[in-house]
Amino acid sequence: MFHKSHPQFYPARQSIRLDPKGKSLKDEDVLQHLPVGTTATFYFRDLGAQISWVTVFLTEYTGPLVIYLLFYFRVPFIYAPKYDFTTSKHWVVHLACMCHSFHYVKRLLETLFVHRFSHGTMPLRNIFKNCSYYWGFAAWMAYYINHPLYTPPSEFTNIQFILVTLEFFNFCQIGNLSIHIALRNLRPPGSKTRKIPYPTKNPFTWIFVLVSCPNYTYELGSWLGFTLMTQCLPVAFFTLVGFIQMTVWAKGKHRSYLKEFRDYPPLRSPILPFVL
Amino acid sequence: MASGEEDGAVDEKENNNKKKTKSAIVTAWLTFYNIAMTAGWLVLAMAMARFYIQKGTHKGLYRSIARTIKFFQTFALVEVGHCAIGIVRTSVIVTGVQVCSRIFLVWFITNSIRQIQNEESVILFLVVWTLTEITRYSYYTFKLLHHLPYFVKWARYNLFIILYPLGVIGELLTIYAALPVVRRTGMFSMRLPNKYNVSFDYYYCLIIVMLSYIPLFPQLYFHMLRQRRRVLHGEVIVEKDD
Repeated sequence: MFHKSHPQFYPARQSIRLDPKGKSLKDEDVLQHLPVGTTATFYFRDLGAQISWVTVFLTEYTGPLVIYLLFYFRVPFIYAPKYDFTTSKHWVVHLACMCHSFHYVKRLLETLFVHRFSHGTMPLRNIFKNCSYYWGFAAWMAYYINHPLYTPPSEFTNIQFILVTLEFFNFCQIGNLSIHIALRNLRPPGSKTRKIPYPTKNPFTWIFVLVSCPNYTYELGSWLGFTLMTQCLPVAFFTLVGFIQMTVWAKGKHRSYLKEFRDYPPLRSPILPFVL
Repeated sequence: MASGEEDGAVDEKENNNKKKTKSAIVTAWLTFYNIAMTAGWLVLAMAMARFYIQKGTHKGLYRSIARTIKFFQTFALVEVGHCAIGIVRTSVIVTGVQVCSRIFLVWFITNSIRQIQNEESVILFLVVWTLTEITRYSYYTFKLLHHLPYFVKWARYNLFIILYPLGVIGELLTIYAALPVVRRTGMFSMRLPNKYNVSFDYYYCLIIVMLSYIPLFPQLYFHMLRQRRRVLHGEVIVEKDD
């Protein structure tokens, strides 16, 4: 309705409140149920240009997928010309490429088929921030892993070690997917209800007993596995920065759960069992 | 009942007293800190002037004051702490950027790269820093003592208009002079192959540092100009709220 009189403020950009300093009303709020009398005064705030979550996720995840492959295939102008279109002689480099690519393909598919978003959109400037982060780090990591002078894990960290890191990585990827599916199943299609997640028949979800946001726990595990597999300092950095950000998100989510649900299980920690 | 009320009143009074003693300690520390820093930079100024008068040249001047400037400039890190715990009402980021850029220049450029210690640009930024810091710390000192002479306020909010750009020129010229030495010696750099699978080129890092002055300097400069308008002319600046 407001959109008709002010066409540049499409609904996703509108923030309507009853009180200028209060919280925004939700999309689902019905006029009859609001605490107003016969006339109501609403305050409008422009949230700025918006972009859908799905668009942002698809863009920010496709970048690393493509960028890593450019470095893996040693496309010209990255390394010295004599290395153009050559392949690494270390099998761990091929393994790393498969893991990295699998990870981002998984994320893209989850965005399309698994996730159910509470808010349809986010501010437009986020796409630049997020893409810089993901694409930048992907390029930085891929440059060193696929470099002709890459040093694989040394002799004493032998094949067993690399295979263990691979198994750990895969374990955490499946774990992460299980949590995403479990969270999706909490919410019927098209709704925005919030419920406490509980362990299901899938053993990968049993971690819900100890952790509020195990998707982040598994994500951290995956990247730790990848770091140990590649023994590359930029990867370690990426893991660390991601861990810090996910901890911030996990703590926020944990706090919202505690505020919203009286009977929230007390044993749970935000991201690391008993520790964080 | 009656005694209960009295206890309550005594508790509140005790709380108030605790707050007063806490802020008295804070004020005492800040006053001491600012007096000490003013004195430190005054000593630096006098040492520089004396060296130049006695020797007639700026060559060797940096070496003569190297330890003093490293001490006082590094100690300024404490100011970031002040902002972080809230006893000084300035943004942690603004203070952090300013102190870090100073520390970077002192420790990672002039201290580490001897060949540029006798450059004129070094003297330029040393003089600028000394004048700026003496004005700034004496301003804070007088303000804490509630006796601020107008000329100190005037100096603090006017001298920067020339000193700030001059200082930036001195710093940039110094880094520029250091580039060939860094390239030749490969200092602070790490090349492939190595077991961490990472590389770092200090030369390109310095180039990026120089380029970063382009977005950062105007922001800090206009921040100071806005402060100046507010303090000297009582103008109310309406900030856009997001």
